[in-house]
Amino acid sequence: MNDIDPALDLRARRTDPIHEELAEIERTWLSPPGFFGWFTHVNHTSIGLRFLVTSFAFFLIAGLLGLAMRLQLVTPLNDFLGPETYNQVMTVHGTAMMFLFAIPAVEGVAIYFVPLMIGARDLAFPRLSAFGYYIYLIGGTVFFASLFVGMAPAAGWFNYVPLSGPEYAEGRGVDIWVTMITFIEVSALTAAVELIVSIFKLRAPGMSLNRMPIFVWAALVMAFMIMFAMPSVIVASAMLTMDRLVDTQFFNPDLGGSPLLWQHLFWFFGHPEVYIILVPALGIVTTIVVTFTQRSVFGYTALVLAIVGVGMVSFGLWVHHMYATGLPLLGRSFFQAASSMIAIASGVQIYCWIATMWGARIRFDTPMLFVLGFFAIFVTGGLTGVMVASVPFDRQVHDTYFVVAHFHYVLVGGAVFPLLAGLYYWFPKVTGRMLHERLGKWSCGIAFVGFNLTFFPMHQLGLEGMPRRIYTYLPGLGWDFLNQLATVGAFVLAAGFALTFWNVFRSLRAGDAAPANPWHAPTLEWATTSPPLNCNFAEQIVVRSDQPIWDWERTGRRAVVGGMRIDRRETIVTTLLDARPQSVQILPTPTPWPFYSAVVLSVCFFGLIFSPWFYVAGIFGAFATFVFWFLPRRRSEVI
Amino acid sequence: MIVVGRPDHHDNPRRRQSPARRRLARRWFRAVSAMAAALLLTGCDGPQSVLAPSSEDARLMALLSWWFFGAGALILAVTLGLLVIALSLAWRGGQSRPISFRASMVLVVSGGVVAPALAIVAVTYTGVMIGDETEGADGRSATAPTVEVDGRMWWWEFRYLDKNGAVIAVTANELHLPVGERARLRLTSDNVIHSFWVPNLQGKTDLIPGKDNVLYAQPAVSGVWRGQCAEFCGMQHALMGFVVVAQPRPAYETWLADQAADAAVTSGPGLDAFLNNGCGVCHAIRGTAADGQAGPDLTHLASRATLAAATLPNTRGNLGGWITSTHEVKPGALMPAIAPEPEELQHLLDFLGALK
Repeated sequence: MNDIDPALDLRARRTDPIHEELAEIERTWLSPPGFFGWFTHVNHTSIGLRFLVTSFAFFLIAGLLGLAMRLQLVTPLNDFLGPETYNQVMTVHGTAMMFLFAIPAVEGVAIYFVPLMIGARDLAFPRLSAFGYYIYLIGGTVFFASLFVGMAPAAGWFNYVPLSGPEYAEGRGVDIWVTMITFIEVSALTAAVELIVSIFKLRAPGMSLNRMPIFVWAALVMAFMIMFAMPSVIVASAMLTMDRLVDTQFFNPDLGGSPLLWQHLFWFFGHPEVYIILVPALGIVTTIVVTFTQRSVFGYTALVLAIVGVGMVSFGLWVHHMYATGLPLLGRSFFQAASSMIAIASGVQIYCWIATMWGARIRFDTPMLFVLGFFAIFVTGGLTGVMVASVPFDRQVHDTYFVVAHFHYVLVGGAVFPLLAGLYYWFPKVTGRMLHERLGKWSCGIAFVGFNLTFFPMHQLGLEGMPRRIYTYLPGLGWDFLNQLATVGAFVLAAGFALTFWNVFRSLRAGDAAPANPWHAPTLEWATTSPPLNCNFAEQIVVRSDQPIWDWERTGRRAVVGGMRIDRRETIVTTLLDARPQSVQILPTPTPWPFYSAVVLSVCFFGLIFSPWFYVAGIFGAFATFVFWFLPRRRSEVI
Repeated sequence: MIVVGRPDHHDNPRRRQSPARRRLARRWFRAVSAMAAALLLTGCDGPQSVLAPSSEDARLMALLSWWFFGAGALILAVTLGLLVIALSLAWRGGQSRPISFRASMVLVVSGGVVAPALAIVAVTYTGVMIGDETEGADGRSATAPTVEVDGRMWWWEFRYLDKNGAVIAVTANELHLPVGERARLRLTSDNVIHSFWVPNLQGKTDLIPGKDNVLYAQPAVSGVWRGQCAEFCGMQHALMGFVVVAQPRPAYETWLADQAADAAVTSGPGLDAFLNNGCGVCHAIRGTAADGQAGPDLTHLASRATLAAATLPNTRGNLGGWITSTHEVKPGALMPAIAPEPEELQHLLDFLGALK
């Protein structure tokens, strides 16, 4: 068939024949083209990709802010950035990296790949994920805009009261921060609900819980962690908003409030947050280790238990951020033990990977190189993590550059390296083009060297007494050389990442065409075309193990689900444990209403900074858009 | 385990190292290790360093640190060593040789469960023991001083108390302690959260509004160290430092008696300049009409080693610069800069320089 349907635009450059039946289902699942069509997309591939592109754009900006800070600190008493600007840059860098890059990026990976990995045609609530994306986009954009008009918050990403309270943080900066947090909470909660329901109910027939890819387990645990962690920061940020806007006194000690309350609420969210980022990243690592060793992972059950264990324990160690606040030693001692317990969960995963790799014929392509880089950095960060779990040690290094070094090792090593590994691994699937191998290897090597050059000296800086969050320092304290080293390293690191960004742009236009399964991977996302079909899978697949593709190669047989309609968006619903077919879910069609809802809510969230009346306006405005969102359509439209 | 073949073009031929290359590698290794050693030795004995302990508390913490670094380096080496072995096995042999289930179990259980479990026990045990030792009042004599440490934006006020809790002397940004005695520091703040940290003597503790924290400091030797605020507290968090001086008991008592006395100069053109420029609204000089509370007590300003929260050495030139261009030294500082006539400024500097 040579006259290819425009509905199949992604495959327009391909010549493989397409059956009329496939063309029909592809039209059913088509995302409307054009500028206005863009606002109606609901397919998870569309939304997931947007999360990823947006989060990496924010990563780029926040990374440049990091470079600006390193330039300021290159010599003592430097005046590249004044204290006011530096504190804003520091606050925006931290906040953006945590809330606008790391969480949305791992959510994006999950939104894009979980349905493909579980063999579903879409997520359970496609319009909800679209809504979550617009909320994130608007919140993140306004937050960055505040920096460029000089209205950014300057009280740190942790916004301790009273410094962030009405008395000491005048202006709108902290209000903008709190509002942005609200956006991210909403967006993360929609993604969490979406992922939990999809993973529990939309798995391909036969994919019982113990056959789920490890990455899907990781996404599930992440989603549950978001559900339990976010309410705490919602409470905290709501209290802070009220203290600032309507003169409540939750954090004012003179009137019976407590500044420590903020710290408890913030870290009860803030510590799980780190693992919200880390857990899916470790899932990516497992995925890549399996593919590049061409073996089943050793200790599937142990790995799953370790992931679930991390998720649970992470809620019991927030006080290790508060060792210096003067809480009783006995209480803190429990948190020392709990904090170091993470070492068991991490250790099990690391040694399961080593056992998997032992003696395997490993392919050292770029994704695997990033994983190896991850290994070295993450283990180092984990070890310093156990050290700072100790009360007396932490009372020396807490709030120093030692901790800056520690969490960059954990977060850059534990999340950014796996995310980049994932980028090189899945880029062919998403775009249909391979990334350039040699550029990728150079990028990985330079980033690895640059990273260690930047952050390793910071351990020593912390031990030599350099506190965190300082815009400058005095000469004669012995910090000059190591700071210069760190700044040089930061530029090397940036060059490494820049190579990958360049690689992406270059390969989008000129990359080699990717086959459906370039790495010979075992999981279902590789069972469709690259890029995936609009409907993900022409026929939904029946699964018999945790490595469906390798199974088909061995047995030469491949079972699929029959009898699904192709003229409306359908995906199969299965039982929670064993994934036995249960029913068929009809998924909604593209619509702009989630976008309108997001716009109305954004206006009202930001309006709240100026007048409490926007609260009322928001309720009614959002309700009105929800009415249209959920308005029953004529049958022909739904179907 | 499933082992599937892979396309040939991914094969990695084993690369052999030539002797010349090996020599080069060895030279590199030597250069890098020399650099690393040089790095490790710089600055560790500084006036604000965890690794140069001058008290028993800090010594225990430094000892713990070295144990941690040693154990950490060992675990890192073992883990990455195993990883390298795992990778190189098949690389050499060219064939996929899976490890046996039993061996894998041993690996995962010993590396992933037993070793971390031992680490948990060690960390918790040492944490409780050393924590108890360093945070407690044990060894405090009845005569050891009690000092109220008040965190301000962005400087430190130290108020020396007698047995009944009455204030003996007030000073700022310079804390004197008698050697060998366990001083009790009561940490308070009426503004934002700060954190009191003198790494050579003791771990940090926060100053939190509405909460009374206590810290004990017991210098083992005479000396001068630097401390710094460790909790982000706004614009000038970076330059909120202070000096700690440990001296033998007699010297300490002399110093305290000096600090408790009224100002050495209580009249003259310098004081007039001080009062006319409004300095007395915020600063107190005991024995004069200046009784402000918002800024540091200046009664014995000239006895201090530094100015502007341990930012500048206390010299006449620096003092003049600090008074007239305050915000070039510390942008955001709450003290307004003043612009007196040159002659008036000289009087003022003479006066402040005489406040021994």
